[in-house]
Amino acid sequence: MRRVAVTGLGVICATGKNRCEFAASLRAGRCGIGPITQADASGLRFGNGAEVSEYDACQYFEPKQIDVIDRFAQFAAIAAREAVADACIRWTDELREQCAVVTGACIGGQTTEDQGYWDVYKLGKTRVHPMTIPRTMSNAGASFISMDLGIFGPSWTVSTACSSSAHAIGQAFRMVRSGETDLALAGGSEAPFSFGCLKAWEAMRVVSPDTCRPFSKDRTGMILGEGGAMLVLEPLERAIARGAKVYAEITGFGMSADAHHITQPSVEGPVRAMRKALQDAGIEAEAADYINAHGTGTDVNDVTETAAIRAVFGEHASRLLVSSTKSMHGHTLGAAGAIEAAATICAIHGGFVPPTVNYRAPDERCDLDVVPNESRGAAIRCALSNSFAFGGLNAVLAFCHR
Amino acid sequence: MSADVTERVLDTIAKTQRIPREKITIDGRFEELGLDSMDAVNILFALEEEFDITIPDEEAKKIRNPREMVEGVQRLVDAKCEESR
Repeated sequence: MRRVAVTGLGVICATGKNRCEFAASLRAGRCGIGPITQADASGLRFGNGAEVSEYDACQYFEPKQIDVIDRFAQFAAIAAREAVADACIRWTDELREQCAVVTGACIGGQTTEDQGYWDVYKLGKTRVHPMTIPRTMSNAGASFISMDLGIFGPSWTVSTACSSSAHAIGQAFRMVRSGETDLALAGGSEAPFSFGCLKAWEAMRVVSPDTCRPFSKDRTGMILGEGGAMLVLEPLERAIARGAKVYAEITGFGMSADAHHITQPSVEGPVRAMRKALQDAGIEAEAADYINAHGTGTDVNDVTETAAIRAVFGEHASRLLVSSTKSMHGHTLGAAGAIEAAATICAIHGGFVPPTVNYRAPDERCDLDVVPNESRGAAIRCALSNSFAFGGLNAVLAFCHR
Repeated sequence: MSADVTERVLDTIAKTQRIPREKITIDGRFEELGLDSMDAVNILFALEEEFDITIPDEEAKKIRNPREMVEGVQRLVDAKCEESR
C-alpha cells in the first residue's frame, strides 16, 4: 500500500477566504462568529452564526454560473480551485481521466430549496425557479468541480451529516493508497443560512444564543457555520518525485456507527472510530500529539467526546492537546470534516496547535488540555481529526508530520 | 404581434442570458445565440414571470426561434385578456 501526501489546500470559511487567511486566524485564535446576515434572525432564539462575510460570488464566477450553482457548491468550487493551484498540478490527459473528486455535503442546496418553498407556499406563486433541482442536489459541488477543472475520473458525493466531508476525504485517501488513482480532490462544503434551516436547528435546541464555547463549563451549544475546504491527495512518492510541497501525510481513516440513537452520541462509537484510525495509520496512541475535536460546544457532545478520548488514550489523554476550531469557524455541518482536516494539516505543517476560543471555565467532565483561547507552538508528530454525525456515523482521520 | 410584447420577450431573453440586447432580433435564431436546453427553460420561466402566463410544455417544445416565441407569448397574453373580460 502506498503512502499518501496532502499537497494542496483550499479553504473558504468565516475565518478566512483562502488557506493563508484561514491558517493565520487559527494561529491568532480569531473567532469568525457574528450576527447572521443572510436570513432574518429576529424571530429566532439565536442570532449568531459563522458566515463568510462580504462574500461576492461575482469575484469567482460568471453571472450565468451563479444562476445554476447554489452558494454551497460555489464554496466547494472555490476551495477546489485554490487547492489545485496550490498543489501546482501538471495536468495530463491521463491524470485528468483518473483524478477522483469526492465531496461531502449534509443539506446541499437547501437555501435554493427554501426559496422555492417560500415562493409557492408563502407567496402563492405557481412556479419555482427552473434551476431549483440542479442547484439543490448535494452532488452539485463535485459536478461543478469536475466541469470547472476538466476532471473526468470517479466523482461522487457523500452525505453523512456532520461527518460527510471526513468520510469523503477518507474514501479518497483509500483510493490513492490502494493505487486506484494517482490524484484525488476531496473535501466538502455547506451553506446552511436559510430561514427554514435555521428554524429547524432552533427546534433541535442545540444552538447557542450567544457563541460557541466548546469544553467550557458555561457552554450553551453550537454555532452554525458555512464554507468549504478541499485537499489534494496524491502518492507521497510521486509528490516527492515531482518536487511538490507536502503539507502532511494522511495516514489513517477509521469509521464506525453508534447504532444507538438518532441524535444522542455514544462513547463507544467514537472510541471505535478513533481506534480504527490509529490502527489504520499503524501508530500507537502515544504517538498522537493533537486531536482536532468534533467539539460542537453542546453539553452532551463535549462530555462524551472527552470520555471517548480518555477511553482510547488512557493516561496519554492528559498529555494530548485537544482543541475545537468550531469555536472559531462554527459548525459547518457537511463541510466540518474538511475544514477541520485543513485546520489539523495547518497545525502539523505550521508547528502550532490552534486554540479553543471563547473558553471561560473548566468543566470537570471535560478534563482535557483543550488549549484555551491562545494557540500554542508545538511540534506535532501525529494528529487526529474527529467527526461525529447525528445518526451516530463517525469518521476519524489521522495525519502525520513529514 | 404587438411591439410591446415583442420588445419585452426579446428583453427577457437578453436579460436571462446576459446577452447584449442588440444581438437579439426577432428574425434571428437561437442557435446563433448559443442557447442550450437549460437556457431555454430559464427563458421560459422568466417569460412566465414577466407576462404572468403559463406556457404549456407542448407549446414550449414547438418554439424554434424568437419569432415563434413572441407569437406564442402573444397568444397566451391575448387568451388571458379574453378570459378577464
